[in-house]
Amino acid sequence: MLNQDRGKVVEIRGLKKSFDDNHVLMGVDLDLYKGENLVVLGKSGSGKSVLIKIMVGLLKQDEGSIRILGTDTDGLTLKELNKLRLKIGFSFQHSALYDSMTVKENLEFPLTRNIKGLSRKEIDKRVDELLDAVGLPQSVNQMPSELSGGQKKRIGVARTLILNPEIMLYDEPTAGLDPITCMDINKLINQVREQFNTSSIVITHDLTCAKETGDRMTVLLDGQFKATGTFEEVFAQASDQRVKSFYDYNFIK
Amino acid sequence: MSKINHEKKPLISKKIDRFFIGLASAFSFVKMFFQEVFKPPFEFKEIIRQCYEIGYRSLPLISLTGFIVGIVFTNQSRPSLSEFGATSWLPALISIAVVRAMGPLVTALIAAGKVGSSIGAEIGSMKVTEQIDAMEVSAINPFKYLVVTRTVATTLMIPILVMYTDFVALMGSFINVNQNELVSLSTFFVQVFEAISFLDLFSSLIKSLVFGFTIGIVGCYKGYNSSKGTEGVGKAANSSVVMAMFLIFIEELLALQIVNAIRYA
Ligand SMILES: Nc1ncnc2c1ncn2[C@@H]1O[C@H](COP(=O)(O)OP(=O)(O)O)[C@@H](O)[C@H]1O
Ligand SMILES: [Mg+2]
Repeated sequence: MLNQDRGKVVEIRGLKKSFDDNHVLMGVDLDLYKGENLVVLGKSGSGKSVLIKIMVGLLKQDEGSIRILGTDTDGLTLKELNKLRLKIGFSFQHSALYDSMTVKENLEFPLTRNIKGLSRKEIDKRVDELLDAVGLPQSVNQMPSELSGGQKKRIGVARTLILNPEIMLYDEPTAGLDPITCMDINKLINQVREQFNTSSIVITHDLTCAKETGDRMTVLLDGQFKATGTFEEVFAQASDQRVKSFYDYNFIK
Repeated sequence: MSKINHEKKPLISKKIDRFFIGLASAFSFVKMFFQEVFKPPFEFKEIIRQCYEIGYRSLPLISLTGFIVGIVFTNQSRPSLSEFGATSWLPALISIAVVRAMGPLVTALIAAGKVGSSIGAEIGSMKVTEQIDAMEVSAINPFKYLVVTRTVATTLMIPILVMYTDFVALMGSFINVNQNELVSLSTFFVQVFEAISFLDLFSSLIKSLVFGFTIGIVGCYKGYNSSKGTEGVGKAANSSVVMAMFLIFIEELLALQIVNAIRYA
């Protein structure tokens, strides 16, 4: 089940990050193996978004090292960092669609700006492929404001996939969606892995999402990972009452 | 970067710290603009789109204000001039007032309100909804795409709008003068152009460029640094206007000093 023999695509060691007196990450270690979906579970404000934002260089860590696809992110020039960023897809919590652009323009924007000399036909074909992949071919000329929350998520995912990333980072993919749309998004995350051969980190506080999408999961508590393993392992062996309470809150309540 | 310990300092000192941190960050924002503006790609398409937006947004209000300023100023100046029997100087007086001061100032203040606030709000909302982060993670330079284009557009458009305001204000004035003093259009404009010098036109142009740059860069800076939440967007829009207007007045005073120094040298 685990893909540990396939090698690591991400290796994080001793990651620390504080904002003044707010110590958010206090020594985080993380391995992501090729082809797996790793779920990072944690309540809101625990630093989940900070963790993946550091990975793509939107924030800078105070201490610790990050290796992504064999590249150490420390001390990269902007050009080198941008080269690495193209291999990482980042799906934002609120989708972050460019609201002055149509769906089609949203998808084209990263494509035409990073790959020069594409013909109109090639661009259209790629946009169509991705809209098909996320199941929204009919939305091509809509504005983001006309889309539902779930549709925005899908378009956001399509936009990050357009550059063929090797790693996907999903920031709370199901937050704020109704249960049925959540199920669709969970399916999409699994489908993306099959179809695009990505390795993913899925950040969530939704246990159903964790169970459906994760091969492995880990719980972020007090700035550290408290339990790591499969879904069953994490909750069967949890020594920390707060890890257990996560489960109770989601499934028993 | 060194961290400033806010806890142990008294309030005044904290405020002074914040002022200088703000000043430094504004300064480096402006510096970044000049580093990026001459580097390709130049985003001509986006610049043209922004120019169009700016013109489209401010034209109605500028037309109305310019026209009314022309009429009112002419009307209000007449009694003083007629005391000396000098109403024939009206076109010259209005011309100097409009070209040297009122045209650029009226245009810049209106554009600060209409354009500056919408740039602040637009970039502020892109900031809080993580659209700027989204550009960054897809290896697109958001500073170049958003800030440079908008600031270049305002810098180019304000001078054009100022010329337009000058013209509209003079037309307003002409209508009033024509009714009262029975001066023809050609006579009016001959007097208008005789009154203004090359220095007047040149300094008006430079001033308009500076006003335009100010409106663009302040709107972008406030938007780029807006705080989280919808409240942050509102604040960014509002403080763009206040800050831009404040700077425009300061620049107007400085320009006055410089031009006078040249004129009477
Ligand atoms: N840019 C920032 N500046 C200051 N504090 C921040 C910043 N980003 C996040 N934080 C703080 O870090 C903590 C973790 O935030 P975040 O990672 O967004 O939580 P979540 O786990 O809900 O995604 C919060 O307390 C938040 O206030
Ligand atoms: Mg978050």
